[in-house]
Amino acid sequence: MTSQNAMPTYLGMPSFPDAARRAVADPRLRGNLAHATGTIRERRADAVAELDDWGALRESGKQIKDHVLANLGHYLRVLEEKVTEAGGTVHWARDAAEANRIVADLVKATGETEVVKVKSMATQEIGLNEALAEEGIAAYETDLAELIVQLGHDRPSHILVPAIHRNRSDIRDIFRKEMPDAPADLSDSPADLAEAARRHLRAKFLSAKVAVSGVNFAVADTGTLVVLESEGNGRMCLTLPETLISVMGVEKIVPTMRDLEVFLQLLPRSSTAERMNPYTSTWTGVHPGDGPRDFHLVLLDNGRTDTLADEVGRQALRCIRCSACLNVCPVYERAGGHAYGSPYPGPIGAILSPQIRGIGSEVDASLPYASSLCGACFEACPVAIDIPEVLVHLRARAVEDGPRHPVEKAAMTAAGWTLRSPARLALAQRAASASRRIVAPRGRIRRLPGPLGAWTETRDAPAPPKESFRAWWARTDGGRAPDPGHGTDPAGPGGTEDAKREKGEDA
Amino acid sequence: MSAREEILRRIDGIVPARPDAEIAADYARIERGYLRRHHDDGVLDLFAERVAHYRAVVLRAAEADLPRVIAERLAARPGAHGVPGDLPAAWLAGADADLVRDPAVADLDGLAGAVTGCAAAIAETGTIVLDHGAGQGPRALSLVPDYHLIVVRAAQVAPDVPEALERLDPSRPLTMVSGPSATSDIELSRVEGVHGPRTLEVVIAE
Amino acid sequence: MKIALFLTCVNDTMYPETGKAMVRLLRRLGHDVEFPPGQTCCGQMHLNTGYRTQAKHLVKGFSETFDAYDAVVTPSASCAAMIRDWHPRLAPRTAGLASRVHELTEFLVDVLGVTDVGAYYPHRVTYHPTCHSLRMLHVGDRPLKLLREVRGIDLVDLPDATQCCGFGGTFALKNSEVSAAMCADKVTAVRETGAETLCAADNSCLMHIGGALSRTRAGVRTVHLAEILASTEEDPS
Repeated sequence: MTSQNAMPTYLGMPSFPDAARRAVADPRLRGNLAHATGTIRERRADAVAELDDWGALRESGKQIKDHVLANLGHYLRVLEEKVTEAGGTVHWARDAAEANRIVADLVKATGETEVVKVKSMATQEIGLNEALAEEGIAAYETDLAELIVQLGHDRPSHILVPAIHRNRSDIRDIFRKEMPDAPADLSDSPADLAEAARRHLRAKFLSAKVAVSGVNFAVADTGTLVVLESEGNGRMCLTLPETLISVMGVEKIVPTMRDLEVFLQLLPRSSTAERMNPYTSTWTGVHPGDGPRDFHLVLLDNGRTDTLADEVGRQALRCIRCSACLNVCPVYERAGGHAYGSPYPGPIGAILSPQIRGIGSEVDASLPYASSLCGACFEACPVAIDIPEVLVHLRARAVEDGPRHPVEKAAMTAAGWTLRSPARLALAQRAASASRRIVAPRGRIRRLPGPLGAWTETRDAPAPPKESFRAWWARTDGGRAPDPGHGTDPAGPGGTEDAKREKGEDA
Repeated sequence: MSAREEILRRIDGIVPARPDAEIAADYARIERGYLRRHHDDGVLDLFAERVAHYRAVVLRAAEADLPRVIAERLAARPGAHGVPGDLPAAWLAGADADLVRDPAVADLDGLAGAVTGCAAAIAETGTIVLDHGAGQGPRALSLVPDYHLIVVRAAQVAPDVPEALERLDPSRPLTMVSGPSATSDIELSRVEGVHGPRTLEVVIAE
Repeated sequence: MKIALFLTCVNDTMYPETGKAMVRLLRRLGHDVEFPPGQTCCGQMHLNTGYRTQAKHLVKGFSETFDAYDAVVTPSASCAAMIRDWHPRLAPRTAGLASRVHELTEFLVDVLGVTDVGAYYPHRVTYHPTCHSLRMLHVGDRPLKLLREVRGIDLVDLPDATQCCGFGGTFALKNSEVSAAMCADKVTAVRETGAETLCAADNSCLMHIGGALSRTRAGVRTVHLAEILASTEEDPS
């Protein structure tokens, strides 16, 4: 079901390395990201360390999600039944285009041309705002960071804080330029910026007739929907309009209310490093006399069943969108969210986007490689998604099904052929050792040829040693035979000999 | 084929449907090795500390002293305050403030604040839960005005998240409040005060 | 106990002194060690780059070479993690062997039960915990326990030690700008310590950081942990 309809906004993006190159060269962006992720990283670690049973909560969260995925058809049917019983209407969408069509038609049926929106990854994913605009419907983002992105004609770069690439003075400039009612002397203090957003959106909240939201959790056996937020914009959207349309990926289900006791502990600490986020709202269908009179739930596939079909890759569907993996990722910190070419950036994006969209394009085939496999994401993930495992798995899929890279393939095949035989490896080692005076006359290599040149742009490469260990072992019987020439020679690349050379020759 | 049928057919093809009883048995086998509560003692003190950590104002009062405390708090906030019609009358006995009972949604933006009770509270996380039943009013009442005073009875405070959820009815709309409205959207640092009430005051009635 | 040294292709080819240090150290502790000549590579580079079929051939070769040994010890935390985490997934029959493969510091502390290996190394040293040693193998503080017992050593903490150096195998080539940016921050942290020696339990990461230290003429040398532990007053590394 992966189709061109999947994430229309982001097609035609450059591959990750090209986009990341530009981000790395932008010191302001890097400063903003380093500051923001550095701040949250430490606080998250503290918030998690405060609970002695974090490991057990994480294991339960993982098991609950896996259980839902293993019985997804059952739980979707139960959810549909319970939501309908409670007065809601359930819709199903195979892909982005179908979901957008459903939402647009529902809005049109109300006669309205404006909707207010609560931050939602699912609607980012399907490009709902753009689709509604084409139908003459204006969608107003009400989450502060989404507002910053929307007013700045920008794209989100973080799951939790889509405007993380903007610092306070950037935000002040955007508000002054794009927010008609912003005070001319608006300062860059976060409190003043928040106040400006409050004033700007208040009238919208009070007059809006239709709201669109995402869903954090859907409780199957009661039909209860749950949204976690901070600002109160979510409460406004979920409560004040007459019609509420919520879009959720089919994987967002938990079986019972009891499961929330796990996720309400895991999610806030992992995302904003708080014991609890300021506001969590739950609703079950329609509540007469309180809140919307009309509630619609759109269940979205959009590549999720493809992801479910991959037994290794399906763990990505456990994701609760906390963004802890982004905040701890050294690659995300330097490359920024836009480089991932998807509303899902960072480590989770690198495993989710290629599964949702398929691995055929350059950008999607490059995403599984956007990681040093350092494992910080797996460690931080509150539902224990083994992101490095899925990355490695998807790399194999990229090689098999992605765009062809003949030079790399030839190199890897040659390396594989050499390494499959100790004799061939020994031969290659002898050739390397023989070349050492030519390739590295000063004991180090300053420039490597071809694709290896990327290494020596910023890093020296070591010179091959006089002989390989294998050769030494054979020649000296593992050091048991006398070895006048090499016995006490401590030199090796990067070893003391190089240090002496560094001090003597180069320094 | 409808979208519903096609999606369910695809899912059933990947993870085949099984009898409900088997699914229920699997669900019961999910390991839940986490704690039911992180603190046994000093639950009220913990609750007060954790709520205050969010920069909410926390006051503790004997039940009999509630009218005086509420009156004082409201006196410090000029303007009309919305209250649910079924708020315990005794709580407002001392209040001199202009009180609007069950205000219409259209009038909420003109109010200075709202006074409500709650359904439960969670000490560990400093959270107050409203189920918008007795003494709490509809959701909009405690959302639109810029000030929210909540009365929490000591017995309503659960030590931790699991026990609090057990006390709640999922068929009701629930609002969990942990401090005043806030955002982390500017440089990932928390700033209080966006769309919801920017001032949250909590009176713990002991 | 029949102990085999799995040196790894990188160390065999580029860092023979690490292998010699391993042999010297283990013999000093009273254990003979064999270097099975059939060994080549654990397959990590191929697996992590997406070439699973090539990796499987190498896993098979590894298993044939080492299956007869009671214990296999390697100076690469990354390769040890590859063997323990991935070999059984690529070839289920290798699970038994995989559980007998130990990274050097695990082998010393857990299998041999020593932390004081009688080493002498009179230098200012900082230790970089490599990602795979930390987050895949979970070696914890074993390397530091061993280093703290080294006589003459001046061991200094590395700021932001757990941050990745940006090596990541072919990541350093495929995303060289991001990799270099990560490495530059690691180099800054290393320089802040004032250490003359940077050590780690993996030469691949040391090759990466060392390459940048060398390029920036930082005057800091990189040394594998095994070489420090092998060093004595009579026979210094």
